[in-house]
This record gives sequence, C-alpha cells and structure tokens, in this order.
Amino acid sequence: MSWAVYLVPLWILLVGVYGVATTRDLVHAIVCVSVAQSSTYVLLLLVGYRKGGTAPVFSDIAPGSRPVTDPVVQAMALTDIVVGATITAMLLALAVQVAKRRGTLDPGELRSLESAATDGHR
Amino acid sequence: MTPRARTAVFFAGAAGIAVLLLLALPGMPSFGLGAHPYGARAVRAGTDQDTPNIIASVNFDQRALDTVGEELILFAAALGAVVLLRAVRDERLRAGGDLRHGPADVFDALRLTGALLLPVTLVVGAYVVANGYSSPGGGFQGGVVLASALHLVYLAGDYPALKRLRPIPPFEVAESSAAALFVVSALAAGALTATERGARTVPWLNAVVGVEVACGFVIVLARFFEQALEIRPRRKEAR
Repeated sequence: MSWAVYLVPLWILLVGVYGVATTRDLVHAIVCVSVAQSSTYVLLLLVGYRKGGTAPVFSDIAPGSRPVTDPVVQAMALTDIVVGATITAMLLALAVQVAKRRGTLDPGELRSLESAATDGHR
Repeated sequence: MTPRARTAVFFAGAAGIAVLLLLALPGMPSFGLGAHPYGARAVRAGTDQDTPNIIASVNFDQRALDTVGEELILFAAALGAVVLLRAVRDERLRAGGDLRHGPADVFDALRLTGALLLPVTLVVGAYVVANGYSSPGGGFQGGVVLASALHLVYLAGDYPALKRLRPIPPFEVAESSAAALFVVSALAAGALTATERGARTVPWLNAVVGVEVACGFVIVLARFFEQALEIRPRRKEAR
C-alpha cells in the first residue's frame, strides 16, 4: 500500500482537467490549469521524500547526520512553480484580450476565430 | 459541442488517463523508502563545494544551464505579457488628471501598515536572496518577496505612489540586463574548476536571478494594473 499516496497527485490532476473541460469562465479555466499543474509539485515532492528525512539544507545539521529528502526533485519543483506562475500570467493576459475583443469570458460563446476577426475590426 | 457531450468526452479521456496512471502505480518507488542515487550525489557535490543549501547548489551550480532555460522562459513570459497587455486601437490611457493623485480613502491604520511593512519586506527579500546559498530561499523566492514589497504601497491604497516608486523603463533595463548577465555568468562558470564554483557562483547567480524575478514580476503586474485602472475604451461599445 506504500504507493497509495501517489493517488493524491492523480486525483489533483483529474480534478483540474475536469474543471478545464466543464468551465464557463476563462479565468476559472486558468485557475483549473494551475490546479492540474500543482499535481506535478505534489508528485515530485512525494517521489523525493525519505522516511525521517528533513530539508536538504546543511546550515544547521551536519552532513550525514540525518537522512534528507531528494534535493534534485525539490529543485525541479521550484522550476515548475516559477514556470507555472509565468504561464498563469500569460494566460491571464490572453483572457484580458479575449474579454476586450469579444466582451465575454465564457468559452461556450467563443464560437469561431472567424467571428473574432470581424469583431475586432468593427 | 454541447456541455453534456463535452463532459462525456472528458470522462472517457479521464478514465483512460486514470487507468494508465493506476497501472503505473505499482512501479513507483515505495513512499519514503526508495533509493535516491542522484539526490545522494547532489548532496555530496553540494557539501564539497561549501553550498549548504543543496537545492541552490542544484539550481545554480550543478544544473545551472537548465536554470538558464528557466530564466529565459521567465523573460519570454514577461515580454509576452507586455506585448499582449498594451493599449490597442480604440483605447486610450486615462489622462493624468483623470486619475486621482494621492492615496485612496482608506483607514490611516492601513496606510501606516503599508508604509511600515514596505521597508521590512524589502529587507526580508534581500535577506532571502542573499542567504539563499546557505538557508532555505534564493533568488526566485526572494525576488518574489521584493516585488511584493513594492506592491504593498498599492495594497495600502496608493496607486499613484506605486507608479512613482517603480518607473517602468529602469525595471525593463534591469530585467533584460539580469537575464543577459545570468546567461554570461552561467557560461563563464564553466571555466572554473568544481571546487572554485559553488560558494563563489551560487550567491552571485542568486542575486542576478533575484533582480530578474523582482523586475519581471513588477513589469507584468504593472501591465495588469494599467489594464484595470488606466486603460479605457475610446468610445462606448454599442453592446
């Protein structure tokens, strides 16, 4: 049963994608993308955990005195978070432009690119 | 596609993903007990080079070239937000007199809190960046703290003061220079031997990343503020 914890990131991923698939609002969709992406943080940290381990920072513990969690996956999680934040900013900027051009944030009302172009030239 | 059909398609796809991931579960390392060959080597390499924070060692020494890529993603995203969030045709920036000068009508206590927290948060941010090589923190985390510090002025209700506090052109110059400096430093560090790197390069790269992240966040947030507070359509839409 030691693999049961890996169900958590699986669940977070599917919940996030469910939100993207059923959303009625682009800002909500962007939040859902962030939720889905956060499953990768959880997965990375779960993979890197060691029983009884502490943070891999040796400013106040002697090297080798305690098990530490895997620093490589933690560095990847850091990268992941930074990239996730910037992607969120980009998507929100796109949502701002959609709201301006089309006057709606409901993806169900954004029918085709064609009408978007005519809208923009109005 | 109707919402109902879309949900049905989602559940079919989600079921497929769930089955594949569940099949992969037994092959995962057992939680907390798996071997970490890369982690153990990264710890040894970091402590050998006098970098107590192994995560900083991985990010800014052992995998510094990957961090260059990450830096450039950050840079490109900031650039993308600036391009997307400009005033388009049929829009104008509000005239100066349109935007009230001075703080909004907020409690004095809130304004005081903002004024007191600004220097404290700036110091904390600088501390987190400067000590990133030896304690939890680093350029990415500290940069975000620094950028948040400036925006405390806005949270305390004084947007015009925030505008004066962060003129955009210097921040754009600082962000681009920090990105360029990071690439040059990371490449130049390759000329140092393994024992020379670490304690020397990690604090420096942390500082460069701190500048870039802080400036990048300030620029992106400035564009969002402009959209929300300053840009108005030239004429009312006929909706």
